[in-house]
Amino acid sequence: MNFEFSEEQTMIKDSVTRFVREQYDFDTRRGIVESAEGINRDFWSMFAELGWLSVPFAEEYGGFGGNVVDIAVVMEELGKGIVVEPYASTVVVFGGLLSAATNQDLKASVIPTIIEGNCLGSFAYMEPQSRFEMTDVTTTAEAVEGGYTLNGVKTVVANGGTANSFIVSARTSGDQFDRSGISLFLVDSTAPGVEVKSYKMMDGQSAATVTFNSVSVGDAQMLNAVGEAMDLIDQVMPQILIGLSAEALGIMSTLNSLTVDYSKTRQQFGTPISSFQVLQHRMVDTFMACEQTKSMLYRGLCESKSVSEGETDDSALAKTVHALKATVARYGKTIGEEAIQLHGGIGMTDELNIGHYVKRLMMINTTFGDGDYHQKKFNQLSYMS
Amino acid sequence: MDIKFSAEDIAFRDEVRAFFAKEYDATVAEQLSGRAGIEYKSAIVSWQKKLHAKGWIAPGWPKEYGGTGWTSTQKFIYETERGLAGIPDVVPFGLKMVAPVIYTFGNEEQKAKFLPRILESEDWWCQGYSEPGAGSDLAALTTSADYAGDNYIVNGRKIWTTFAQYADWIFCLVRTSKGVRRQEGISFLLIDMKSPGITVKPIVTIDGKHSLNEVLFEDVAVPTENLIGEQDKGWTYAKALLAHERTGMAEVADSKRMLDGLKKRAVAEVNGGKPMIEDPVFQMRMSDIEMELMALEYTELRVFASMAAGGMPGPESSLLKIKGTEISQAIHELQLQLAATYGGALPGELSSDELGHDFAAEARGKYMYGRAATIYGGSNEVQRNVIAKAVLGL
Repeated sequence: MNFEFSEEQTMIKDSVTRFVREQYDFDTRRGIVESAEGINRDFWSMFAELGWLSVPFAEEYGGFGGNVVDIAVVMEELGKGIVVEPYASTVVVFGGLLSAATNQDLKASVIPTIIEGNCLGSFAYMEPQSRFEMTDVTTTAEAVEGGYTLNGVKTVVANGGTANSFIVSARTSGDQFDRSGISLFLVDSTAPGVEVKSYKMMDGQSAATVTFNSVSVGDAQMLNAVGEAMDLIDQVMPQILIGLSAEALGIMSTLNSLTVDYSKTRQQFGTPISSFQVLQHRMVDTFMACEQTKSMLYRGLCESKSVSEGETDDSALAKTVHALKATVARYGKTIGEEAIQLHGGIGMTDELNIGHYVKRLMMINTTFGDGDYHQKKFNQLSYMS
Repeated sequence: MDIKFSAEDIAFRDEVRAFFAKEYDATVAEQLSGRAGIEYKSAIVSWQKKLHAKGWIAPGWPKEYGGTGWTSTQKFIYETERGLAGIPDVVPFGLKMVAPVIYTFGNEEQKAKFLPRILESEDWWCQGYSEPGAGSDLAALTTSADYAGDNYIVNGRKIWTTFAQYADWIFCLVRTSKGVRRQEGISFLLIDMKSPGITVKPIVTIDGKHSLNEVLFEDVAVPTENLIGEQDKGWTYAKALLAHERTGMAEVADSKRMLDGLKKRAVAEVNGGKPMIEDPVFQMRMSDIEMELMALEYTELRVFASMAAGGMPGPESSLLKIKGTEISQAIHELQLQLAATYGGALPGELSSDELGHDFAAEARGKYMYGRAATIYGGSNEVQRNVIAKAVLGL
């Protein structure tokens, strides 16, 4: 038993830590967020050179062959800098779905371009009415000679304005809420009929509403068997949720240490506010919240490894990822709100980094299901069998 | 990053499991539950003697004094299996509290006199720390021990003394010097409960039971040979003991078992004909606890792994007591919620068979007495002070 990172994991962790510390200070980030594209493409090329973009991909595509622990290591450190470049959306989500796809030709052509830094991707799944239910799909894919025609609207598509490619969920059969009958297509963002309206999100990242007006896609653009998108998505979702939770953990630990440090320097009533017991106990509670979140993340990592190595089935992991996302939601909210409160007036300002960390935590909370959503899923698995 | 045990450790786990399955049978369980009408003392002593016969009574002790010589992994496995099997822990006052002080700071005569009888459960020990004016602020204690030739003459009051009514011996913190720093004039004394001048007064707790006591000392003569270590250095010894007490307070395995029991109850207990486990609000309350416990299980593993690797327990260890007790209280609370109004009926007025809901009386008792968990062993507020200072540097 051990909770240590391997030598390789420590190396990649250190490299991300160093980048955040030396090249991604808060002013730099602000400049990127305020730029037209909202990302720094030079940094993205550097991520490629440093090998970060290759982490989860198989060696046969030029990848590092990493597992979910490697992803978590990178994501946690990116979280500490609230890095806005679309690592999660391109590498973890888009790349994760591709890695699990059965369409070998598609994988062989696209994955290397992600690794080289030439492909930004995004998963276009959310619709104006679908909220957290991935199976609520009204976008249609109508079978035509040699392929399909897509019609529909996807909204708040992460990184939608800069993505070269989308993986789009669309209904090839069945009714709006049916689990089966959804298929996944790889669609070029410049394909005729694709309309992208980009906007900024509260966390400094960008998103887009993407409309598909009779967009033609070939059979070869389909990720896996027709109508079976949900099987593929369910397979990848634990890794996605763990990756986002690791990012959240990095944010939570940073907020805690910024708050503790601030309390030691802020003087009121002639003494540092850190000397007040009521504040000490609140900081102890946020410390415990962070440690418990870390433990839940580690639980997810250990169970994922054990599933991927064929030692156990995924029943325990399924419960754990819901519990993890719910824990991140609950404790992320606690830590974020306490960080603002303990900073006082300065915590309310846009100038200080605190609010920006908090806003990223808020967006992670709602992404792929909020805390209540996942807790209900957890309840179904735990109490309704 | 994995939680795999070695083949040897899994073999050890199976051995422990088999032993518990064989020896902790339904009869023993019934006796220890208190439902069989057998006095708690004789039930637990008889169970402890079985553990001693197996050689497993004191896994925490060094082998030379009667410990098992287990690795830290084996100790962890043993405690986990005990909790999962629903077996109560040994009475801690002798085996886990005073014994480590005796074998660490005591002299050879004291070791020879006390340790074997603790191992054999021949002596029942209790703890004389808290006083009416010294709770969380333990160093405020005023029970005095005045040096008088071969004896100390002890005067004062100790309170919240668990099982003093059964005890043969009490280990006490007493004040031997005044006028110095408060912590510096305290000594660690072992006192025979049969000594003239000792009076034990029962304190009935809010669960309606008697396990706590007040112990009064009036000119009690204690031979100086019963002083541990040096006079006025007792605080140091007690602090070492408190650290011992705080580790292993997460009781994850015990809580896991309680939670499983809760789920089974929630299937059986109905409202409007529907099992409580299907009630969405009750489900949220259960999963609030279950998820926290899933995390705490890994927090405990993280602490254990760093200790097994020869390191010191990290900052995560300090939260074990706080979170562990909060979780066990939360489970008690839901058990009592399931017991509902039925749980209010006191035993003796109506048998549980007549009333149904046979768990209800126990749920009430555990909830009421369980409030103590966040008070004893250093209250959770004191624990937060400790983390604030030692971990966060506040």
